Amino acid sequence: MNPFDEMIKTGGEVRPPYEQLKCWLDTQNPERLAQKSLDAENVFRKTGITFAVYGDEEAAERLIPFDIIPRIITGNEWRRLSQGIEQRVMALNAFLDDIYHRQEIIRAGRIPRELFTHNDAYLPEMVGFRPPGNVYTHIIGVDIVRTEENQFYVLEDNARTPSGVSYMLENRETMMQLFPELFQQIKVRPVETYPKLLRQSLAAVAPPGCKGTPTIAVLTPGIYNSAYFEHAFLADQMGVELVEGSDLKIENGKVVMRTTEGNRAIDVLYRRVDDSFLDPLTFRRDSALGVAGIMDVYRSGNITIANAPGTGIADDKALYSYMPEIVEFYTGRKAILENVPTHRCSEPDTLKYVLENLSDLVVKEVHGSGGYGMLVGPAASKKECEAFALKLKANPKNYIAQPTLALSTTPIMTEKGLAPRHVDLRPFVLVSDRIRITPGGLTRVALKEGSLVVNSSQGGGTKDTWVLDD
Amino acid sequence: MLLGRTANGLYWMFRYIERAENMARLIDAGLRMALTKTSDAPEEWSSVLMSAGVKIGYDSKYKEYNASLVSDFLLRDLSNPSSVMACVETARSNARMVRTALTREAWESVNETWMVLKSTLASIIPETDLPRVLDQIKRETAIIRGAFHGTMLRNEIFNFARIGTFIERADNTARILDVKYYVLLPSISYVGTTLDNFQWESILRSVSAHRSYRWVYDVEYNPVNIADYLILNSRMPRSLNFCYSNIVDNLKYLALDYGKRHECHDMSEGIMTRLENNEIRTIFDNGLHEFLSDLIYQTNSLSSKIAHAYNFD
Repeated sequence: MNPFDEMIKTGGEVRPPYEQLKCWLDTQNPERLAQKSLDAENVFRKTGITFAVYGDEEAAERLIPFDIIPRIITGNEWRRLSQGIEQRVMALNAFLDDIYHRQEIIRAGRIPRELFTHNDAYLPEMVGFRPPGNVYTHIIGVDIVRTEENQFYVLEDNARTPSGVSYMLENRETMMQLFPELFQQIKVRPVETYPKLLRQSLAAVAPPGCKGTPTIAVLTPGIYNSAYFEHAFLADQMGVELVEGSDLKIENGKVVMRTTEGNRAIDVLYRRVDDSFLDPLTFRRDSALGVAGIMDVYRSGNITIANAPGTGIADDKALYSYMPEIVEFYTGRKAILENVPTHRCSEPDTLKYVLENLSDLVVKEVHGSGGYGMLVGPAASKKECEAFALKLKANPKNYIAQPTLALSTTPIMTEKGLAPRHVDLRPFVLVSDRIRITPGGLTRVALKEGSLVVNSSQGGGTKDTWVLDD
Repeated sequence: MLLGRTANGLYWMFRYIERAENMARLIDAGLRMALTKTSDAPEEWSSVLMSAGVKIGYDSKYKEYNASLVSDFLLRDLSNPSSVMACVETARSNARMVRTALTREAWESVNETWMVLKSTLASIIPETDLPRVLDQIKRETAIIRGAFHGTMLRNEIFNFARIGTFIERADNTARILDVKYYVLLPSISYVGTTLDNFQWESILRSVSAHRSYRWVYDVEYNPVNIADYLILNSRMPRSLNFCYSNIVDNLKYLALDYGKRHECHDMSEGIMTRLENNEIRTIFDNGLHEFLSDLIYQTNSLSSKIAHAYNFD
């Protein structure tokens, strides 16, 4: 069966959200469009919107390919998605508060205690501590895929330090430069308020002792980090400092940054450094990316860290399969957005099933990310499957398996004209005194024909995502 | 208020852009000298390396001095931290680090320069292509300067960048003069021979001042005037006087902005006074070489004092 295409129905009819775009496309000269693709690439190259591929010396900085055909979502579809997302992030924050305090969900027998006892993402340092505003995960990117007209699945809740929002913003900026006339014809909901909302959202969770306008800073591992462009971009757009660990120290119980006019205290730190590197006194002792003693300042309520340390437990892949229970437990309602059915390889019967059906399944490492170390059964050779089976048998606890979903496709611009490719969607959510969801998000697209892997580190590209204002 | 690291990044970004441009000028002057049959080409290239402050690095790598080896070392060799390519890499890394302090145009101009020169300097430049490449380098740095001046707010960010530019330039001009000071000494050759004329023109050429010299002084080169032009003239954009007057001004803006003066303010103003209230004859009488080497030392020390004052040491 063909996968669901978001533009063209099986009979060749154009789906309503794409009607106007399709009309416009039909009037366009293919050469002009090809030229626009090149223009877009030049904009990205010139601006230095690059990402680093680890372990690839030659191409230390690469562009993420950008496709000029927008992906379109109707207002109605978006309403349902955003309700589901809102429910999910509320549940995630309630869950984090619970497992670092009374652990009622465990006592109620809804999830097993073992999930936490040997899990590095669960931080004992956070037990009994309540972050300012009672918010744990402030910035979330929920990965969603679609398989049918009305069927969406959540693939992953990126609750620690989701990246990609700068691409969402730059993609829109680029599209508006390339095709201003399209935005006059089609009413698209804006995304460019995101940096302002991020700043408001961070300011709203400043420590209670902070008087006046809080000082906010973005903490980056530095210019060699793969997402450095995004860190600089967000700091710039918010009008806050972009700091590195070496700029910071503890003075009089506060985290301060070294400036040209002496040391200045920071109230809210949007960190893009992983938990384990955050504080060499508490976590990894060899870390040069964090601040020695920041956890003490945090625990005494003198700084807000976003996202809170220890939030990683909420998007741990070992927990993913329990998300439907988690959502229902804390919101009292069934999850609006479904999870992908997930097999836990730690269970012997399941492991047997997974091994027998390896060529139909997607197998992921519980702690992996970025598409590294995973097996896409249908796309893998027999040899690859066999090699993977060995790894799986050696350490079943380390893996989960999911059916291969027929991800929806949207058209991309190729040398031979429009062609369908598989996509996913990462909407971005801000949580503080309220929940703010930017309409749209980052659409990632697998550029290779038939490929289901959309990760930029594995040859994926991005598209502008339009939520119609209808 | 800026992060100390940001001030540091701006300062060095602009020092390195200035240095890249200076390297191109030095090679240009070297090429011109080597063309004149009267001069000793290897010796000229050796003094180019000395002016660039990289002779020790070069000598540990090569035994002889010629146009292709020296220009390759000064243009492309990444083991030479002052080569044009190394300068552009460092300038761009710093620009990436301080990106939030730069306008989009300013950042893009640096990024573009890096992309263009990376491809131009990817392979060895044949001698016949050198003039074109040197022109391209000068043009690229001019674009950066233009984007920066045309779009940047005149605030502390601008001041740190300008201070970096002029500290580097003062150091460069002083070095060029100091390496060749002996050809300017009247005691050795008071009446210019043909060779002297080439030497003098070469000095002017390495700061791109061979044409403007004639507008200010005379068609005839004269060593005292050349020294006057590069040291004391307040309008020549690469003279020591001009550099210091810009350093002093930008430091003053910082003091005004932050409401605080530091040791570096007194020091820079002291040096400025010495440049303003001086006659070129007096400098010659007291020793040109002594004057220049002292100035190079003072500039270095001022640089550390600035870094200390603004928390980026």
